[in-house]
Amino acid sequence: MTETDTERDQRADTPSGRRGSGWATLLRIGGAWARMKEASILAVTLVLFLWFFLRYPISFNSADNYHVVAQFVAPVAILAAGEVMLLICSEIDLSAGNAFAVAPLIMMLLHQDGIPMGLAVVIALACMAVVGITNGVVTVKFRVPSFVTTLGMLFFLTGVAATISHGNPISAPTEGFLPHLLGGSYWSEILWALAIIAVMHTVLVGTPFGVHAISTGGNLLGAAEAGVRVDAIKITNFAMSSVLAGFAGILDGFRITSFDPLAGGPELMFQAVAACVIGGTALLGGSGTVLGALIGATFLGILRDGLNIEGISAYTFDIILGLAIIAAMLLNVSLIRLRGRRRV
Amino acid sequence: MTDDDGVTSAPVPDDAIRVEHVAKSFGSVRALAEVNLHVAKGEVLGLIGDNGAGKSTLMKILTGYHRPDSGQVVVHGEPVRMRSVSHARELGIEAVYQDLAVVDTLPVYINMHLNKELRYSPLPFLRRREMRERARRQLDDMGVNVPDVRSEIRLLSGGQRQAIAVARSVYADASILLLDEPLAAMGAKESTIILDLVRRLRERGDIAILMIAHNYHQIVDVCDRVNLLQHGRITFDKRAAETSVDELMEIVSREYRLGRAG
Repeated sequence: MTETDTERDQRADTPSGRRGSGWATLLRIGGAWARMKEASILAVTLVLFLWFFLRYPISFNSADNYHVVAQFVAPVAILAAGEVMLLICSEIDLSAGNAFAVAPLIMMLLHQDGIPMGLAVVIALACMAVVGITNGVVTVKFRVPSFVTTLGMLFFLTGVAATISHGNPISAPTEGFLPHLLGGSYWSEILWALAIIAVMHTVLVGTPFGVHAISTGGNLLGAAEAGVRVDAIKITNFAMSSVLAGFAGILDGFRITSFDPLAGGPELMFQAVAACVIGGTALLGGSGTVLGALIGATFLGILRDGLNIEGISAYTFDIILGLAIIAAMLLNVSLIRLRGRRRV
Repeated sequence: MTDDDGVTSAPVPDDAIRVEHVAKSFGSVRALAEVNLHVAKGEVLGLIGDNGAGKSTLMKILTGYHRPDSGQVVVHGEPVRMRSVSHARELGIEAVYQDLAVVDTLPVYINMHLNKELRYSPLPFLRRREMRERARRQLDDMGVNVPDVRSEIRLLSGGQRQAIAVARSVYADASILLLDEPLAAMGAKESTIILDLVRRLRERGDIAILMIAHNYHQIVDVCDRVNLLQHGRITFDKRAAETSVDELMEIVSREYRLGRAG
């Protein structure tokens, strides 16, 4: 049961679905497609892909280059999967990029003290769960805006990362099963990212938890009135965001064989939020899409990589990225209006 | 006062809910002095009263949000001390507030099942198709007209939203339904949707409805009985058939004049 299933059923069931010449069918399919939350960004991403594909058939269209894109997309998409769930609840996690840096450092320090790698990973992620739960409890129980709670956590974790690593990167082990599984193998990181996206998408569109998250963001009082445990939902999502970000940090470090206390940070976190927004998740709460966040991350990855091949500087890239985010938001808003009109 | 005007205040066995001598103060402000009222199964009681008369305090006591200082609430013949909103709901008391109960960005059928989703237990996956069919059937049964149960709530009119909130409460096994100004901010056409729904529920006869409203025409139209809450007391209790809009207007304005004189 996915959103797309619903859309498909809808096409078949609505009265207009039963009559139809070829044109009507075409219009209807086009209309249903345009109503999909992810449609506009998917189209834009495909166009962008084709553009670079046709322009640079050799340098862009190669396994190595796709790997470069995947390296960028994977951590952004994993962080975005956590952020989407929070944005849907009308919250945000500004500290995710720092959980990304801290978790692998905790893991490595434990490992250096003789704790097996597998256990070290579990403990590091448990620490991130504590970080997320702290974000959540402070936010919902003490009614501190999550923007402030997680801003504080951002600086706190920055300090923790610098302190426990003494400011130096720690090199990652390259031998063994776990380092290979967790990011070391060539395509490992992006496969993890896709798996995480698939799970989170299913959670959002296919389970009561997803429905409750949407109701928490869409109508906090009403959801609480209906008995939805809004506080627990939010705290869980904060915990998931921190754990996912920490896990992404572990994957990324094993890939580049080094864990840097300055890795990730606000820049990665904001790229993840940008991926969510470009993918069709408004910062208004009550709606959002995990799949869109993946497509948004892919859009950013292709854009960055393609402009690199073009020889455009990183400075220019940020200008284009900034404009792309605002344009995506505008498109998203007008598409929501379009969907609204068509349905009634 | 209750004695001359009232038809009956004596407890009847099939009363779904009975409020006995309930008082509630907030600091030095006495919100409810002593409230006695009762609603039988299958009956619609209209509650009128000025702003500040204590209606919302009474509502909050009946939904378990506040606890009375003294007196008791009797549900289906059993005196109960409601601990919480969810406890009240377990007792079969469901409240519908103006525009509060539905989630704009979720489809109608999910709203109908909010927090009571059907799933493939023990797996946590939603049975969307069954929820859609059930929601459609329930809305058809109650005569609530919605173009498509997959429409997001935000695309519906105020009357439709309210009707869906009421329908959800009814299908949540509510035996006592509290409607807090269900017609506020609604046009005549919109109000008809809700009034028809209340009438249909009365015909079914398995649910007790307490409805707070300002429009006396509508109260006399759909309610079996009318109570007036003034200064924290029920000062008027009559069958709707035995009173009229004019009488209600007269009582309320008389009270207003007395209040000004005193």
